Amino acid sequence: MKDAFGTPQSLLVLGGTSEIAQATAHRLVTRRTRDIWLAGRPSPTLERSAQALRDRGADTRTVPFDALDPESHETALGKVFAEGDVDMVLMAFGTLGDQARDEADPVAATRVAQTNYTGAVSAGLVCARALQAQGHGSLVVLSSVAAERARRSNFIYGSSKAGLDAFAQGLGDALHGTGVHVMVVRPGFVRSRMTAGLEEAPLATTPQAVAVAIEAGLRRRAETVWVPGRLRLVMSALRHVPRPLFRRLPV
Amino acid sequence: MSAVPPAPTPPAVPLSGWGRTAPTAARLVRPRSREEAVDALRACAGRGGIARGLGRAYGDAAQNAGGAVLDMTGLDRVHTIDADTGTVVCDAGVSLHHLMEVLLPLGWFVPVTPGTRYVTVGGAIGADIHGKNHHVSGSFSRHVRSFDLLTADGSVRTVKSGGKLFNATAGGMGLTGVILKAKLRCLPVGTSFMSVDTERASDLDDLMARLTATDHRYRYSVAWIDLLARGAATGRAVLTRGDHAPLDALPDRARRAPLDFRPRRLPAAPAFLPEGLLHRTTVGLFNELWYRRAPRSRTGELQRVSSFFHPLDGVPHWNRVYGRGGFVQYQFVVGYGQEEALRRIVRRITEHRCPSFLAVLKRFGDADPGWLSFPLPGWTLALDIPAHLPGLARLLDGLDEEVAAAGGRVYLAKDSRMRPEVLSAMYPQLPAFRALRAELDPDAVFRSDLSRRLGL
Repeated sequence: MKDAFGTPQSLLVLGGTSEIAQATAHRLVTRRTRDIWLAGRPSPTLERSAQALRDRGADTRTVPFDALDPESHETALGKVFAEGDVDMVLMAFGTLGDQARDEADPVAATRVAQTNYTGAVSAGLVCARALQAQGHGSLVVLSSVAAERARRSNFIYGSSKAGLDAFAQGLGDALHGTGVHVMVVRPGFVRSRMTAGLEEAPLATTPQAVAVAIEAGLRRRAETVWVPGRLRLVMSALRHVPRPLFRRLPV
Repeated sequence: MSAVPPAPTPPAVPLSGWGRTAPTAARLVRPRSREEAVDALRACAGRGGIARGLGRAYGDAAQNAGGAVLDMTGLDRVHTIDADTGTVVCDAGVSLHHLMEVLLPLGWFVPVTPGTRYVTVGGAIGADIHGKNHHVSGSFSRHVRSFDLLTADGSVRTVKSGGKLFNATAGGMGLTGVILKAKLRCLPVGTSFMSVDTERASDLDDLMARLTATDHRYRYSVAWIDLLARGAATGRAVLTRGDHAPLDALPDRARRAPLDFRPRRLPAAPAFLPEGLLHRTTVGLFNELWYRRAPRSRTGELQRVSSFFHPLDGVPHWNRVYGRGGFVQYQFVVGYGQEEALRRIVRRITEHRCPSFLAVLKRFGDADPGWLSFPLPGWTLALDIPAHLPGLARLLDGLDEEVAAAGGRVYLAKDSRMRPEVLSAMYPQLPAFRALRAELDPDAVFRSDLSRRLGL
């Protein structure tokens, strides 16, 4: 069960190797979290992530999960929920793709969409139903500022996050009053493996900062969390910038 | 086979405790009779059920995520009152407020009342509540002769005081069964007025000395502490002690209806108040005024029972002033001889600058035999703090450890955040409680968010 501050005792991470997810799990372990499931494609990295959490005292297990195989989600995630309550689900899987290559290779482009959006729709619904049955829990969805407005430089990724973001908001409304809380997290540019080698955007942040914001959001039972918080203002301004002008902005 | 078709399952509704933190959803069923309660229990498959009274437990004791919650306020009959001996037989859903309404005109008073009248008799036993008279009268269960308990197998047992099941249930947070009916012994009173002495204490040591020296002279005793005062004023307090006023202490006008019980009610707190209304400045200002307003020393002031015992009940939904994020109530006890631990804890709270305007210190007397009953002979401090206060989670975890190391404990009826690891140190009879539950309720029909969180 979560405590008065929204801190979970059990956590399921979808996309167990994500750096933001790891930073969040490490932070929560220092609070209350003792039971952790890391879902992801079986790999040495996934095992290493699990071991790092075990070393910090959390009872951590891994479960095979492939965002690109929605048919398997029900079985894979059902197993986790059958073992006991999950106080928090963190949907952290996703891929940035390579905009230039993906524009030239439509099949590669759909893989970004399938991972970030389609996979999240099916996994999100499976988790939402399980959380609703247990009458409590938080579903934390990692969206992105890229979801807020399409940009020339990453609109394939951005559009997939926009779909995910809209889906998560709707799901949050659908689950309102069921004891289940859906929180959409919109980080800006996060310095991580995913963005290695990319030119840093203004207001860049770190996985640790995102973890801090997630913990604070759980405490407030927030529906939307921007990281850093100033992005909320920046984006609400940028959203209204006319397109001819927006195209010329160095964002 | 019943001829009546089963009622449609009610949809899940979100429920939280009085502190309004961590809401979870459950099917809320409201039995109106003993038979309906038995039926409701039978329908508690899967994620189990828990009884709920008026929802005054601060934390998650009367919530059951994904399962059933039995709202017991539908069982609200007072069956018999023996006006000679003050023995009352009533349903578990009867509130202490209602008991006062029927008992006071007959010259009887509830034996123990917490800071609110809006608790049920079932809840009072389940949390084994205490009041300002603990040093004299012990906790609620001391005055309970017997109760009827609906257990997991669907049978109803009459449980007399003194037995194992009685001791597991008194303070057992509803996890041994559903209390349906209880037999209580009440306290004879001459009037519905209190004769109250008030004095100020300049700091914590002064306060502790005054309480130690004079507590035994009063039936009711409590001290309000200003936890925002620092330096030499750390722990400054207002002591309020009193007893039921005898008839001859009343002025002529009041003597015409000496047993009148008409509590005043102010308008309810608005439904939506911004979070952060109570911060260090506003609460500091309130505390300063509250301390200055109290007389240095005043004796024999007459007060109505409602204003002496339950000043906050006058403002319905006062818990809303903490805003959407709610608040955390922290109450612990440390035994006599552990005064140094108490001083350390008060210092830590003061240093953290917790905006608490309801901090209460009192001395407990002898403990009662409830296995998970909270009181033990010693000092108890209760405070409430807005849940959004930065660093609060860590501060309270640290205090838990101090309390446990000093052989003390935290009150489960108010808890919403304790770590399960510290529990067994605080409640040494926990293994006996668990064993009895395993025997009586092998499928864990009785479950609550509290029991899941702490592994009770």
